[in-house]
Amino acid sequence: MSDIVVRAQGLSKRYQIGASRLAYRTLRETLSQAPEASLRRIKSLVTPSHGPDKAKNLIWAVRNLSFEVTRGEVLGIIGRNGAGKSTLFKLLSRITRPTEGWAEVSGRVSSLLEVGTGFHPELTGRENIYLNGAILGMRKVEIGRKFDEIVAFAEVEKFIDTPVKHYSSGMFVRLAFSVAAHLEPDILIIDEVLSVGDAAFQQKCLGKMDEGRRGGRTVLFVSHNMGAVRRLCTSVLWLERGECRAVGRTEYVVGAYESTVLGLNQGAAASVALPGAGSPDAPGHGLRLHFLSEDRQPRSRFSLGEPWCVWFDFEIVRPVKHLIAALALTRLDGSPIQTIWSAPSDLSPGCYRGEYPITLPLAETELTVAVGLSSFERGFYDANGAGHVTITAEGARVAPLRSSSCGVLFSTSRPAIFGIGAAPDGAGKV
Amino acid sequence: MSATSTTASAPTIIRIEPSQGWFSLNLAELWEYRELLYFLVWRDIKVRYKQTVLGVAWVVIQPLATAAIFAFIFGRLASLPSGGVPYLVFVFAALLPWQLFAGALARAGTSLVNSANLLTKVYFPRLLVPLAAIVSGLVDFAVSFVILGGLMVWYRVPPSWNLLTLPLFVLLALLAALGTGLFLSALNVQYRDVQQAIPFLVQAWMFLSPVVYSEELIPAGTVRFLYNLNPLTGVVQGFRWALFGAAPPTVITLVSGVLVVLVVLAGLVYFKRVEDTFADVV
Repeated sequence: MSDIVVRAQGLSKRYQIGASRLAYRTLRETLSQAPEASLRRIKSLVTPSHGPDKAKNLIWAVRNLSFEVTRGEVLGIIGRNGAGKSTLFKLLSRITRPTEGWAEVSGRVSSLLEVGTGFHPELTGRENIYLNGAILGMRKVEIGRKFDEIVAFAEVEKFIDTPVKHYSSGMFVRLAFSVAAHLEPDILIIDEVLSVGDAAFQQKCLGKMDEGRRGGRTVLFVSHNMGAVRRLCTSVLWLERGECRAVGRTEYVVGAYESTVLGLNQGAAASVALPGAGSPDAPGHGLRLHFLSEDRQPRSRFSLGEPWCVWFDFEIVRPVKHLIAALALTRLDGSPIQTIWSAPSDLSPGCYRGEYPITLPLAETELTVAVGLSSFERGFYDANGAGHVTITAEGARVAPLRSSSCGVLFSTSRPAIFGIGAAPDGAGKV
Repeated sequence: MSATSTTASAPTIIRIEPSQGWFSLNLAELWEYRELLYFLVWRDIKVRYKQTVLGVAWVVIQPLATAAIFAFIFGRLASLPSGGVPYLVFVFAALLPWQLFAGALARAGTSLVNSANLLTKVYFPRLLVPLAAIVSGLVDFAVSFVILGGLMVWYRVPPSWNLLTLPLFVLLALLAALGTGLFLSALNVQYRDVQQAIPFLVQAWMFLSPVVYSEELIPAGTVRFLYNLNPLTGVVQGFRWALFGAAPPTVITLVSGVLVVLVVLAGLVYFKRVEDTFADVV
C-alpha cells in the first residue's frame, strides 16, 4: 500500500513586507494612503510593469514546492531559519492559504506548531485537556477515553484539578505535549517540539512518535537537530529561501546540508588548502588539494561516470624513504568508499604532487576527501574531511541507477553464471 | 477549501489552494466542529468568573445595579414615563436583551484578535470564534432572566401569553449582534481602531434604543420611523410587550428583522472573503 497522503504541486506563498504591512494598519493610514494607492493602482493598470519598489516588498516564503509523501513515511524538513519551513507547515495545516499551486492532503491532519496552543492559565489541568484536545481536533468522547492515559503520560496526576498557571513550566509543557501525543491523526506535523522536558520525558516522546509511525502514521517533522532527523526520518526535504534545494533519502540530504550549510569543510571549493604539519619533526606535510575534470578544469561537482582526478600537493622537508601518499573517499555519514595508495617512493626535500584518477559511475553521492602521508606504513600526516565533492546525475554519461541499494563503486569483473543441476532440498522453496 | 469524502471509509482528501470564488460557506464543516464551538463557549463562561470572590453572583449584581442607577436617574430625578410599570422593572426588562446584545457585540468584535494565538497555530473554521463569543452571553442572560421573574413577582406585574414570543426577540438581538460582530471582528484584525471604537459604538447604540427611556419620547414621523428601524428598538419593545403588555412592536420591526438578516448574510460574505488572510495579518 504505497498510497500518497500528501501531494504538493508548485506550492507557493508570497508575503508582502515593508513598513505598511509588517504591522497591522490603522484606518487613518489606509485612508490617508488611499488616494495615493488608488493612483498607483491606476498607473499599474496602464503600464503593467513590475517596478523595483514593488518587487522589493514581496517575498516568496515558499516557492514552487512539489513533493509527495507516502503513508507511514517520516519526512524531515530542514533548512536555515527563514527558509520557509514554518510557512510550509502553515500551508499544509491550512492556517494560511497558498498564493499559487496546490496541495492535497488525505486524512486527518494535526499540527503541533507549538505545544499548549489554546491552553488557558486560569483553567485546571483537567479543563485544559478537554479544551486543548477539542482545539487540536479531538472529539469529546475520544478525549474522555484517553483522559487517564494523557494524565499518566504527563505525570501530573496530583495536580490535575489545579489551574495550570500554578504549574511549573516543565509540568505545563509535559501536559501540553501529552495531549498532543495522544491525537491520532493520519498525518502529524511537528515543529521542534521534541526539545521539551527533561531527557527521560524526551525519550518517552520519541517512543510515542515511533509507535505512531509503526501504526502507519505519516509524520512531517521540522528540526534543526540533525541527530534527531537522522534517527527518525525516512526522507528529508531541504528548503533554502523557500525553494526545494534537495529532497530524498535522509542520509544524502542531511549530509549535503551539513557540509554546505554548517560548513563542515570548505564546501564546494575546487582547490583547498590543507592544514600544516601535526608535529614539528614530521618529515613532511600536505599543501593543497585540487579537484579537476578530465580536461583539467578545476571543479568539485562531477557527473556519474565522468572521470575526474584529485591532485594532492605536499612538501617534504626531510629526506624520507618508502613514502606513500594515500587518499580516501568517504561518505558524509562516515562510511568509507575507496582508498588509493601511491606507489612507495624515496624522496628528498621539495614539493610533490600525487595524482589520483577516479570514476564513480553508479550512485549520486556527496563525498569528503581525506589524505595522508606515511613512511614504512607509519603515518606522519593526515587531514580528514579536507575536501568536498558532489557526484550528481546531471549530465551523466551513464543512466543513473536510482535504486537506493545501489553501491557507489563499479566492479569491472563480470561474474560467470553456470548450471549446478537440481535444486538442493529445502533451498528456494517455501 | 473544500472537503469531499468519496465514500464513508475512504479518508477525506482536503485540497489546499489559493482562495477561489467570492463566497463559500461550508456548513458541513461547521457542523463537524460543533464540539469546538461548545468548548469555546464553555471556556468563555468558565474563565469569566474564575478567581472572583462573588463568582456567578456578578451576573446578577451587574444588571441589577445598572438598572437601579438608571431607574433612579431617569425614573426618579427626570420623572420619565414608564407606562405605569415600576421604573426598575421597566429598565430591567430592556437591559436584559440589551446586555445580551451589547456583550455579544463587544466580545465578538475583539474575539479574533484575542484568539490570535489560535488563529496562527491551528486550523478550524474561523467563524467559530465570533460565534462562540455571541453564544456565551446566553448563560448570563438566562440567569438575569430569573432575576426579572423575581422582580415581576415582587412588583406584582402580571405576565401574559405574549411571553411565548420572547425567543423570537432574543434571536433578533443575537442576529443583530452576529451581523455587526462579523464585520467588526474581521475589520479589527486589519484595523485595531475598531476595538477602540466599540465601547463608544455600544454606548451610542444604547441611547439610540429605548433601553433607559420609553420610545414615546421620540417624536412621531420620519424620526420615529428611522428610530424603529433600529432592530434593538424592536427587541426592547418586544420584551416589554411580552413581559408586561406595553405597546407592541410596530410592523417596522419586521422590516428591521429582514434588514438584520441581510446584514448577517453580508457579514458572512465579508468574513469568508477575508478569513484566509487572518493568520497572515493578525
